[in-house]
Amino acid sequence: MSLTEELLAQNTLSLDSKIPAGSVETKWDAYKSDMRLVNPNNKRKFKVIVVGTGLAGASAAATLAELGYQVDAFTFHDSARRAHSIAAQGGINAAKNYKGDGDSVHRLFYDTIKGGDFRSREANVYRLAQVSVNIIDQMVSQGVPFAREYGGLLDNRSFGGAQVSRTFYARGQTGQQLLLGAYQQFSRQVGLGGIRLFNRTELVDVVVVDGRAAGIVVRDLMTGEISSHSAHAVVLATGGYGNVFFLSTNAMASNVTAAWRAHRRGAFFANPCYTQIHPTCIPQSDESQSKLTLMSESLRNDGRVWVPVNPDDNRPADQIPEGERDYYLERLYPSFGNLAPRDISSRAAKRAVDRGQGVGPKKNGVYLDFSDAISRLGRDVVEERYGNLFEMYERISGENPYDVPMRIYPATHYTMGGLWVDYELQTTIPGLYAAGEANFSDHGANRLGASALMQGLADGYFVLPYTIGNGLAPLLNKPMPGTDHPAFKAAEQEARERFQGYLDSRGTKPPDHFHRELGKIIWEYCGMERTQQGLEKALSEIPALYAEFKTDLRVTGDSSSLNQTLEKAGRIDDFFQLGMLMCRDALDRNESCGGHFRSEYQTDDGEAERDDENFAHVSAWQWGGDPMKPVLNVEPLEFEAVHLATRSYK
Amino acid sequence: MSNVLTNITLRIWRQAGPAVAGRFETHVVDEITDEASFLEMLDILNDRLVTEGKEAVVFDHDCREGICGTCSLMIDGQAHGPQRGTTTCQLHMRRFKSGDTITIEPWRASAFPIIKDLMVDRSAFDRVIESGGFITAETGGAPDANLIPVPKPVSDAAMDSAACIGCGACVAACPNGAANLFTGAKIAHLNRLPQGQAERWGRVESMVETMDEHFGSCTNHGECEAACPKEISIDVIALMNKDYRKAKFASRKDLARQ
Ligand SMILES: Cc1cc2nc3c(=O)[nH]c(=O)nc-3n(C[C@H](O)[C@H](O)[C@H](O)COP(=O)(O)OP(=O)(O)OC[C@H]3O[C@@H](n4cnc5c(N)ncnc54)[C@H](O)[C@@H]3O)c2cc1C
Ligand code: FES
Repeated sequence: MSLTEELLAQNTLSLDSKIPAGSVETKWDAYKSDMRLVNPNNKRKFKVIVVGTGLAGASAAATLAELGYQVDAFTFHDSARRAHSIAAQGGINAAKNYKGDGDSVHRLFYDTIKGGDFRSREANVYRLAQVSVNIIDQMVSQGVPFAREYGGLLDNRSFGGAQVSRTFYARGQTGQQLLLGAYQQFSRQVGLGGIRLFNRTELVDVVVVDGRAAGIVVRDLMTGEISSHSAHAVVLATGGYGNVFFLSTNAMASNVTAAWRAHRRGAFFANPCYTQIHPTCIPQSDESQSKLTLMSESLRNDGRVWVPVNPDDNRPADQIPEGERDYYLERLYPSFGNLAPRDISSRAAKRAVDRGQGVGPKKNGVYLDFSDAISRLGRDVVEERYGNLFEMYERISGENPYDVPMRIYPATHYTMGGLWVDYELQTTIPGLYAAGEANFSDHGANRLGASALMQGLADGYFVLPYTIGNGLAPLLNKPMPGTDHPAFKAAEQEARERFQGYLDSRGTKPPDHFHRELGKIIWEYCGMERTQQGLEKALSEIPALYAEFKTDLRVTGDSSSLNQTLEKAGRIDDFFQLGMLMCRDALDRNESCGGHFRSEYQTDDGEAERDDENFAHVSAWQWGGDPMKPVLNVEPLEFEAVHLATRSYK
Repeated sequence: MSNVLTNITLRIWRQAGPAVAGRFETHVVDEITDEASFLEMLDILNDRLVTEGKEAVVFDHDCREGICGTCSLMIDGQAHGPQRGTTTCQLHMRRFKSGDTITIEPWRASAFPIIKDLMVDRSAFDRVIESGGFITAETGGAPDANLIPVPKPVSDAAMDSAACIGCGACVAACPNGAANLFTGAKIAHLNRLPQGQAERWGRVESMVETMDEHFGSCTNHGECEAACPKEISIDVIALMNKDYRKAKFASRKDLARQ
């Protein structure tokens, strides 16, 4: 019996992924024609809470309101325009085949499955590739100024892990333009009264009554007031948890609280150890650094990655002759070259730096060199393509990348793991849905570039609006628990006590101290390369630091006015608990796949070695009452449309 | 190579809430590497304040990449500080030297009430967008994207104004607290595009009128353009005014025939 089968027999809950019958090409159409509908006049009888107004949340809220549902939207940001999605630079994929270079829905599907190292659910990924084309149509009709060619048609570029040009972009600001498009559509509904917006309001708990999500408990960040909201369905579109590493490319406020609190109430957390380390970020310069800055992967279309062959070569880059440079990606992966997928490129950079070939004052980076591109295309073309990225690099590093190569190093960027959801994007708590980076559904063990924006918008625009209707239809005219239900009151009280607890602990160290230390442990032992020994160490160090957090935390101010120190304390508490689960998951997964690289499991030439016999499954963790005692459930992954193959980008 | 800056005096605006009086508080920070960003310098100060049992200075920030528009500080009287085309979060300490005194205040504009310390409420911007800053295109009905060709110069110009990050520096820099650059940028983005034509005249009317309800009037100082971290050109205001006049004085039917 394989390990997957053995574990499956021990599941505490039957994890029904609700994948429709039929071939992968026909599943979504079959679902849509079979699903239950809510009559247009009845939609206004249903209230849906959408937490998060990033790409996934804003698109879901706007569409649900257009359909006629009453929507209450929550964000801890001051405006729906600001979510972390805004920072995405490079682009969004879609199987439009506008370039006629052989792209198709099937190819995007296959690339995504392969990019994810065969650890994602086929049916979801196929649907994602199918609706990708609708996203571009939708965004263009809303006025998103995607890059165009001189004839007026849309332009495309390539991203890692693909051999076709299918990435749509708006200069280096694709996320901004897409988010503003969704925000504008969302704002129209706020103006029309279809959406009530609660800004600067943070979800601090999810309330479950009789096994169904009944609503949420929130904290008004301006006044500290804790209150409840009930609804027929709750959507969490609250982003990823990359900030568990402290240093990451995520926005400073991104956090795991919403997903984690839902987890503690019964939502399973899937594959938490699948985190993505992005190969092209600006290396850390000093200890006080608060975050890392991404340099878009699109740069690898024209930039060449190299390090000096000789580790002791301290000459400036332009004085190192061609023959003494190691263009290691081109050497190791000739068919994908500088566009090898992220996990592979990141590990290759780490190995170069570990061998002592790193460049820069701290020898903690590799070169990304544009001199060939500048002489081939001219400076103007390079400037047109990447001008704003070059400027950003110069502002941060003080160096001009037109003259000297950029220095880059991998940094935490994205989290493939997240709340377990079925085909309908529903979590293990009925009535609670998860969308965008907050769920685990589409990227397996590694996400391809330009696919997160695609997934967020697919979930929000083209999946949830259908599947939520299917879930709501049977609830028509049934009584629902209101916020006066004891479960709400108890959750409110718990939240009040938790926040008061941080204020009362009166220790000596600010929350950031603990966050930074936690991040170091996770980066060291659960980062780009993991080992059994390291993970075991992390699993003893994190609880010890967590105990210290509980007694030695210092939070000043009070809980009845805006208090950013208190907000941080709450978020870091949840990061600690998640950190333990991540390491546990990484320790349990005795194979290497995608972003999860266990040094014990590698091929002779250092590539990830999967174990399909025992690990072709999703690890879905159930809260066991203590962050160190999670309960494992598995969902076996079945591959019908693609053959499980060893990923090769050589 | 990095240098260490010493003895920097910060005069920081502290205000406990919207309805109470504020004042300047002085803190000295020692030993900051010039590789640090301005906000990292404030992080270091805040960690120290909390360790000493004092309340941290409240300020808004999120992406720290110059794109979300959350950060919003008046630094020595300039919105986002001394470096042109740069948000507060992208400002680095290498712009300063040891011994400097730096004054840090919140945006000051009647449309942006102070919430606490250096944080203000910019929701009036959302109200402007809600009143018309969109193209009505409900999910599901869009035609194939390449059915609407957009000439590259038009698309590029739309993108130039769509680059606005909604930070509010334009309003903070304007002696009248006007939001014409912000509103003009969104109108210029949408009104230039073929997709935006159907609602062009209604959009400009309703957005300008909502803007006037919340913000002061523009008297062409041009401070907004100088303060804009995305260097959005004041031309968008001319375009907005032109469209507004047209929308107001020509009948809709005449405009439709143009
Ligand atoms: C620097 C950078 C560049 C990137 N570039 C690309 C790219 O080129 N292409 C691509 O496809 N992907 C890219 N990504 C990834 C992509 O941007 C994200 O995965 C995606 O935008 C996530 O969208 P989301 O809607 O799921 O969440 P987010 O945009 O993170 O939104 C989360 C929302 O939830 C709210 N929220 C969270 N918790 C709570 C709570 N407890 N209470 C209330 N509200 C809450 C927040 O306020 C926010 O509104 C990039 C990521 C980074 C970091
Ligand atoms: S923090 Fe996002 S623009 Fe400054």
